[in-house]
Amino acid sequence: MAQLLELTLNGRPRVDAVPDNMLLLDYLRESVGLTGTKTGCDGGECGACTVLIDDVPLLSCLTLAASVNGRRVDTVESLGENGELSAVQRGFHEKLGSQCGYCTPGFIMASVGLLRRNPAPSDDEIQEALGSNICRCTGYVKIIEAVKFAAQLNAEGTAP
Amino acid sequence: MEALHDFELVRAATLDDVLKARAAHPQSALVGGGTDLMVNIRRGIVTPPVLIDVTQVGELQAVNADEGALEIGASVTLNTLAQDDAMRRHYPVVAEAAHAIAGPTQRNMGTVGGNLCLDTRCIFYNQSEWWRSANNHCLKTTGDTCHVAPKSHGVCFATYSGDLAPALLVLGAEVDIASPSGTRTIPLNDLYIGYARHDDAVEGDGKNFLSLEAGEIVTAVRAANTSGLTSAYDKIRIRRSIEYPVAGVAVALLRDGDALVDLRVAVTGTNPRPVLLEGTAELCGGPLNDDVLQGLDALARDQIMPMKTTFTPGHYRRRVASVLAQRLVTRLYAE
Ligand SMILES: Cc1cc2nc3c(=O)[nH]c(=O)nc-3n(C[C@H](O)[C@H](O)[C@H](O)COP(=O)(O)OP(=O)(O)OC[C@H]3O[C@@H](n4cnc5c(N)ncnc54)[C@H](O)[C@@H]3O)c2cc1C
Ligand code: SF4
Ligand code: FES
Ligand code: FES
Repeated sequence: MAQLLELTLNGRPRVDAVPDNMLLLDYLRESVGLTGTKTGCDGGECGACTVLIDDVPLLSCLTLAASVNGRRVDTVESLGENGELSAVQRGFHEKLGSQCGYCTPGFIMASVGLLRRNPAPSDDEIQEALGSNICRCTGYVKIIEAVKFAAQLNAEGTAP
Repeated sequence: MEALHDFELVRAATLDDVLKARAAHPQSALVGGGTDLMVNIRRGIVTPPVLIDVTQVGELQAVNADEGALEIGASVTLNTLAQDDAMRRHYPVVAEAAHAIAGPTQRNMGTVGGNLCLDTRCIFYNQSEWWRSANNHCLKTTGDTCHVAPKSHGVCFATYSGDLAPALLVLGAEVDIASPSGTRTIPLNDLYIGYARHDDAVEGDGKNFLSLEAGEIVTAVRAANTSGLTSAYDKIRIRRSIEYPVAGVAVALLRDGDALVDLRVAVTGTNPRPVLLEGTAELCGGPLNDDVLQGLDALARDQIMPMKTTFTPGHYRRRVASVLAQRLVTRLYAE
């Protein structure tokens, strides 16, 4: 069975027919071709698949595509303008918050969600907000620095 | 991409939509945030033909709390509950338990109804299809033995691990339940029937752990007459985030002068049901002292029965549950 899915994906309205049993993660990666969002585990434990739905970080691997009808979905591809990295992307790049990079899109979207509701978070608030994301490479310290740097760039208005 | 089994998704907007879909599809499953159910569907553990998404149902979104009473709708998310100012002020036990669940992203999704009705857990159950079939499955799915207790005679010991239930049990909460044929209200304690006894005196175990009938839905949880109770929740877990409890303990108590006049303690992560300790009233009447704490330890040892359903040994879970309970009681009494 299929349902009509009308959503705003990365700022653009879009309509698709999606099978009832399709995960949002598979819709994004396989139907739309946005492969920035990653699959890291068999369900709910790693955060690699994090996307924003109406600005709130959610796990696309446990969300049915048809259930986001009428909502606004943002993936990592929504960030940056004309080839210029966004503040959070620059933070992860310049502060070495990314090594193998597999967890990075999930961390970036969870961080963007945090900075949209709290533009100047403390270290504790950053740790708390990224608590659903697992990274096997960086040791997290650089990730926290990356988010602080992004908050600073946002405050200065020096990145899109 | 591995396709999920075929099912129909009903996107309900009102309670009436839910009840109509329940009547039309008796084998349907309700889905809140899906942080429990979707994992089990992905692993091929359950295959409901119809899912009813209840997250957008208007009637299920209330959060009210004041000194004497609280009411929480089933589709309220855990983060909404954890961050609610009135809840944090009047019922810290509830806000702290909600905050202790999984990680922040799971809490943006997970709901109160889904948490109260969270499936029980076991290392032989929460595994991929491949893993389970290599082990010949077990009683809780399609197998015929329990790998935790092979001589269990049909009883499953999978562990109830929801964090909110103990917090609400110590407040004497009730749940509102609706079905196509009407509504009813029962004590929250009666929602849980996982006694897992070998004699047939009491029904229910880790497999059949809720008293809900087919077609029913939990619509809200409420508590009243809570004035004066101080309360807190704490849990032991392996890592600080994204982790089910090794043991979780909720305490509510009332102190008058030096006397402990009311004491309620509930535990999760140990038995196939959350356990509201029986016999705590007998510990009240005087000041808190070592006798009371030893009495509490004896109740915990007697009523908490963890089996080897997690990677943490059962006797350790029982011990930390008792220690946590004693710490929380000591702290709240001193406040
Ligand atoms: C990595 C990870 C860690 C986790 N850690 C914890 C933890 O520490 N503590 C904890 O308690 N939980 C934990 N969870 C489980 C889960 O996130 C929470 O329990 C959450 O509250 C479940 O709610 P939900 O809305 O997502 O449930 P769902 O998955 O939507 O539903 C769970 C069950 O409840 C039923 N149900 C849903 N709504 C209703 C209703 N209104 N009436 C009757 N039945 C209903 C469903 O049919 C299903 O059987 C964890 C999950 C993950 C993925
Ligand atoms: S306790 Fe036994 S029957 Fe129940 S899930 Fe575990 S192995 Fe299976
Ligand atoms: S893919 Fe691991 S949480 Fe979604
Ligand atoms: S950078 Fe490799 S997992 Fe995080």
